[in-house]
Amino acid sequence: MSNTFLGMPTLPVFGRGNLNATEPFPQAAHRELGNAQLRANLGHATHTIRDKRLKVVAELPDWEDMRDAGSAIKNATMAQLPALLEQFEANFTARGGTIHWARDAQEANEIATALIRETGETEVVKVKSMATQEIGLNEYLEGQGISALETDLAELIVQLDHDKPSHILVPAIHKNRSQIREIFLREMEDVDPALGNEPARLAETARRHLRKKFLSAKVAVSGANFGLADTGTLAVVESEGNGRMCLTLPETLITVMGIEKLLPSWSDLEVFMQLLPRSSTGERMNPYTSLWTGTTPGDGPQNVHLVLLDNGRTAALADEMGRTALNCIRCSACMNVCPVYERTGGHAYGSTYPGPIGAILSPLMTGIKSEENNSLPYASSLCGACFDACPVKINIPEILVHLRGEDVDSKRAKAKVPTQTDLLMKGAEWAFSAGSRLNLLEKGLPAGRLAAGRAKVIKKLPGIGGKWTQSRDIPAPPSQSFRQWWAKEHGAPNAAAPGTTGEGTISEGGRP
Amino acid sequence: MSAREEILDRIKSALRDSPAVPQIPRNYRRETDKTAEQRLGQLVDRLEDYKANVFVVPAAGAPARLAELLAGCASIVVPHGLDPQLLSALPRTGTGDAGTLAVAVDSPERPLTVAALDAVDAVVTGAAVAVSETGTIMLDGGPSQGRRIISLVPDRHVCVLRAADIVEVLPEAMARLEATAPQTWISGPSATSDIELERVEGVHGPRTLDVLILT
Ligand code: SF4
Repeated sequence: MSNTFLGMPTLPVFGRGNLNATEPFPQAAHRELGNAQLRANLGHATHTIRDKRLKVVAELPDWEDMRDAGSAIKNATMAQLPALLEQFEANFTARGGTIHWARDAQEANEIATALIRETGETEVVKVKSMATQEIGLNEYLEGQGISALETDLAELIVQLDHDKPSHILVPAIHKNRSQIREIFLREMEDVDPALGNEPARLAETARRHLRKKFLSAKVAVSGANFGLADTGTLAVVESEGNGRMCLTLPETLITVMGIEKLLPSWSDLEVFMQLLPRSSTGERMNPYTSLWTGTTPGDGPQNVHLVLLDNGRTAALADEMGRTALNCIRCSACMNVCPVYERTGGHAYGSTYPGPIGAILSPLMTGIKSEENNSLPYASSLCGACFDACPVKINIPEILVHLRGEDVDSKRAKAKVPTQTDLLMKGAEWAFSAGSRLNLLEKGLPAGRLAAGRAKVIKKLPGIGGKWTQSRDIPAPPSQSFRQWWAKEHGAPNAAAPGTTGEGTISEGGRP
Repeated sequence: MSAREEILDRIKSALRDSPAVPQIPRNYRRETDKTAEQRLGQLVDRLEDYKANVFVVPAAGAPARLAELLAGCASIVVPHGLDPQLLSALPRTGTGDAGTLAVAVDSPERPLTVAALDAVDAVVTGAAVAVSETGTIMLDGGPSQGRRIISLVPDRHVCVLRAADIVEVLPEAMARLEATAPQTWISGPSATSDIELERVEGVHGPRTLDVLILT
């Protein structure tokens, strides 16, 4: 089938579910910053993983070649997505799997519920999955009388504590061992009150708690890290073996995967299975990777389903500047190097997807007009560390700037009258377009000095400038500008400062 | 319109600028020239780093070494296609030897129950191929490796690997595997770092991984 689109262009349809923050980022960040335990844990975690990642990446002579290949493979995937999805569907189906398509979170939840109902079960085991978190599957199932048991240790801790994950790789990183011990004692049956807080003992407790469930589970729900179009194969990458348990023991397996998770071919996986573990946990390889294609007679679940999820992905794809955000393989390297994430933690971002990738992916999927998410593109200093770390070379800073522009445009369209930013920008345009105008403004510098007072700092600016001074002071302006100083030192009144002409344009002749 | 048609339409609409399909630059290493000895050394190093127990023995000495390794066990499970020669030195039940060992054979035709697998002390399997650079052993459900469940439920996995099946980089290993075979790639015993990032070996998968490499 051809990829050419012949119909009427449709408006992007945005995603729903846990993609929206419940409050603006600055507000949430302010609260989270007050949590000293969180900050200490996060600082430790991000630095540890960061160092491990650098060490294992440095081992490979061809790391950059691999990033180039990874980035190109993902761009090629997106460019041919309809054909690849159809190819995947044909291969997966030919080997006994069933494919379902879900336009949004609600539809995906309904499909999963119906599939579970057919089995007659009311309890399912789950492997950690971003997609099912995004659609809020657990909560939905609970409302339908089905309990979903998270089996990844960190997810189990978070679930038992009725909390939310704070990191996509180590979701319970905001809790320390004593807190985890308390949660286990409070929420699990038959835990020995003498339980210590050593991680090995806590892991053992989780093993015992889940073992019975695994061995008797009839239905499992999973996500998938990759889907290979040319073979119809799915892959799950994990550490603990809970993934293997869920993917092997039950009779029914329901996997929910975003449509962007495809790779064109089996041989492309060789790139991603080198990029992902090193970028993610900083290991040469993760302990376990499971691969399955439909069903295998006599081995593993015989009732195998895959729900292909849109939920705003096509909206992100429609943004030519932003679509590479879909190339993300959820390694979390960008989070671990981000100075903003390191301080605020994952909860501040509200959405299932935190950190630098979340700051672009969430608004791309929900639309920048979504009020809770329109502050996310500003949750960055644009330092570029995320771009350097990203194994598939997503230019996150560039997309952040693009989305900031979109946000400003959308607010302007809504406001109808010029906003304060518009007025300021207009003013700046006027001032900077001629040296004489700048001169005029610079005469106001002493007044600024006066406003700063004896402490020589300005603590509060009026209007939108107030947002800037909310968290920082501005030093008092100098008593004279550079141009005024130059004119005084070099005599001639109105003499041009070096590199400028009297009209304020840069003189090309002055450059080497 | 069905969800399928609608999503495909949305995608095509999103791609109406017809983005170019880039050439994939594959300048990364797809084959290497490390010697067999170097590959063996590298694999041992990586596996030990993951806290697996590694034993390198000449193929002829394998049965005796395996018997030694399984000395404390009362029961094991093996896949139907495991080389019977490997088990020849075990003190089998019914032979009247002291410290006998019950050996259960699992096959797709006569699969063991989960409860039976949970009750054995160890599983012994072969392996399809291993990657020395990453310390990864790959099982592809072949007759010497069996159903995925048998190398998962028992708490100890003894994996027998031929040194000839060790390659250096992942692309070399994947070229030897059939994509559609049910696969498990194993790099050390199960582990978690979910509590304060402190690595703990042994959560849900086998807590002990012994690798017997036959030269
Ligand atoms: S954006 Fe890049 S670095 Fe961040 S999680 Fe995705 S793949 Fe990893």
